Amino acid sequence: MIKLGVPSKGRLMEKTFDWFARRGVTLARSGSDREYAATVSGAEGVSLVLLSAGEIPRELAAGRLHLGVTGTDLVHERLPLWTDVVTPLAEMGFGHADLVLAVPACWIDVDTLDDLDAAAAAFRAEHGHRLRVATKYHRLVRGFLRDAGVADYAIVDSQGATEGTVANLTAEMIADITSTGETLRANHLKILSDGLVLKSQATLWKSRVANLTKNDRAALAALVAQLGLD
Amino acid sequence: MADAGQTTDDARLRARVATLMGAFRDAGGVEVSAPVLLPAEALLDLYGEDIRGRAYVTSDALRGEQMLRPDFTVPVVQRHMAEGAEPARYAYAGPVFRKQEQDPSRANEYPQVGYEVFARSAPAETDAEVFALIAAQLDGLPVRAVTGDIGILMAAVRGLETTDRRRTALMRHIWRPRRFRALLDRFAGRTPVPASRARLLAEDHPWTGAAPQIGLRGRAEVEARIAALREDAAEPPLAAEALALLDALLAVRETCDFAIERLRDLSVDLVSIRPAVDRLAARLDALDARGFAPGSLEFEANYGRTSMEYYDGFVFGFYATRRPDWPPVATGGRYDALTERLGQGAGAIPAVGGVVRPDLVVALDGAGT
Repeated sequence: MIKLGVPSKGRLMEKTFDWFARRGVTLARSGSDREYAATVSGAEGVSLVLLSAGEIPRELAAGRLHLGVTGTDLVHERLPLWTDVVTPLAEMGFGHADLVLAVPACWIDVDTLDDLDAAAAAFRAEHGHRLRVATKYHRLVRGFLRDAGVADYAIVDSQGATEGTVANLTAEMIADITSTGETLRANHLKILSDGLVLKSQATLWKSRVANLTKNDRAALAALVAQLGLD
Repeated sequence: MADAGQTTDDARLRARVATLMGAFRDAGGVEVSAPVLLPAEALLDLYGEDIRGRAYVTSDALRGEQMLRPDFTVPVVQRHMAEGAEPARYAYAGPVFRKQEQDPSRANEYPQVGYEVFARSAPAETDAEVFALIAAQLDGLPVRAVTGDIGILMAAVRGLETTDRRRTALMRHIWRPRRFRALLDRFAGRTPVPASRARLLAEDHPWTGAAPQIGLRGRAEVEARIAALREDAAEPPLAAEALALLDALLAVRETCDFAIERLRDLSVDLVSIRPAVDRLAARLDALDARGFAPGSLEFEANYGRTSMEYYDGFVFGFYATRRPDWPPVATGGRYDALTERLGQGAGAIPAVGGVVRPDLVVALDGAGT
């Protein structure tokens, strides 16, 4: 059986179901709404696994899923050397989100990474600790700031309500996913003009490490053809 | 069979570690140990957030963040500052841990055997002592030595005819060559002023319509930076000649005998580097006296700027000539300022040291003979 992992909740699940339905493959939850069981029709030898979008990269990398739908951001953040373990088959055209660096809008002197670096140096001298960046994307943000040569910052973990950390004085700035920037503006934050870390969207990934029997290969090829990805 | 081979390898590695430690003890090194788990704070303060990409961080609720020892230098320096008296020589051996997220073929746990000297006098002599001691351990192996001197570049930056603020900004990024270059280009007027900055500086009332104040970085700090930007905008760009000299300095890459000639030529105009070049000359004499002729040693002015953030003088590395894919077999250098930064006001203690990778030495020895 080919195992296809799909986010188990919300709009990401619905849009994934729609995307497959438009290509003649019907994915559906079976049983009650609370039960994470699911069915596939329109493709032979494929079983559907519903799980958290955040766990899909790990399962693809472990070879327990053959295919999976999740955001580019999560794959890049959770899988170093991701090209070794997964291949993108299709960008699905929804779940668009940018991982951006955002600072308080009242920092009228800071618009670029160059400004940020200078502000961080002065901040550390003034406050005695490094400028704190709240995010859940530790690796991506650290790699981006290292390549940009920004120093004197510290990453603090924030798994939710990240936009509120600045007003709550637990961070000086944030790095988070945004689609319209609305929540950032509402929290008096602005995006650095060269602070785009990653453009993300929902993507169908294929594991490069999952085992395939002869039957699996045929089922995978048929599914890929059915989806118009061959 | 695999087990037998493993046992032999382990035995050879242990024997090599013992040989290295013996040599470092004979040179006067007092054997010291260091904990595997180090408080993360000191390392984070020193290296910044980048260290998290290179070292393993763990934590417990009581002690907070701990780091698996990424090298011995920091704990050895801390120990010396707590209880040592100069001059002091230390020898140590044990595993270090480095994340290898970019290259799975590199070990994330490997042994290091090292030797550090804390001495206030005769720096050229102690530089040469450490280099010669490390080189002796690699004698006969197919390795190539590269040397450099971060102190010369630092002297050139300190001597730039510009504002303190610009010099400080450049010094802060000595170990980040790309940002260093970007700053130089901006100070020289070679890159245009970002549009947002030009707009900000053209504004008489920049706070009109500004967003509400949030966060710890207050309005006074923003105003201070705007004032600094205004001052900087009024400064003339770095002179083209000064930049050309800096570029010429960074491009020096030849054997030490030619390199010192080239640096002497440059110091005719780049007066600020003269004392640093004199120190290099004294070091080359000391190395020569120990049998390392300047004509046999490579010098790269840019060496040690990317991987060794705390060295601020002499730097060196030994590379396996037939294995360019390997990390260096041995590295070392002088880190006078580190003791000052870790000592919190205790002042600087001139220090120089080096480490050998005994596992790579064993591998080279097996392949080479």
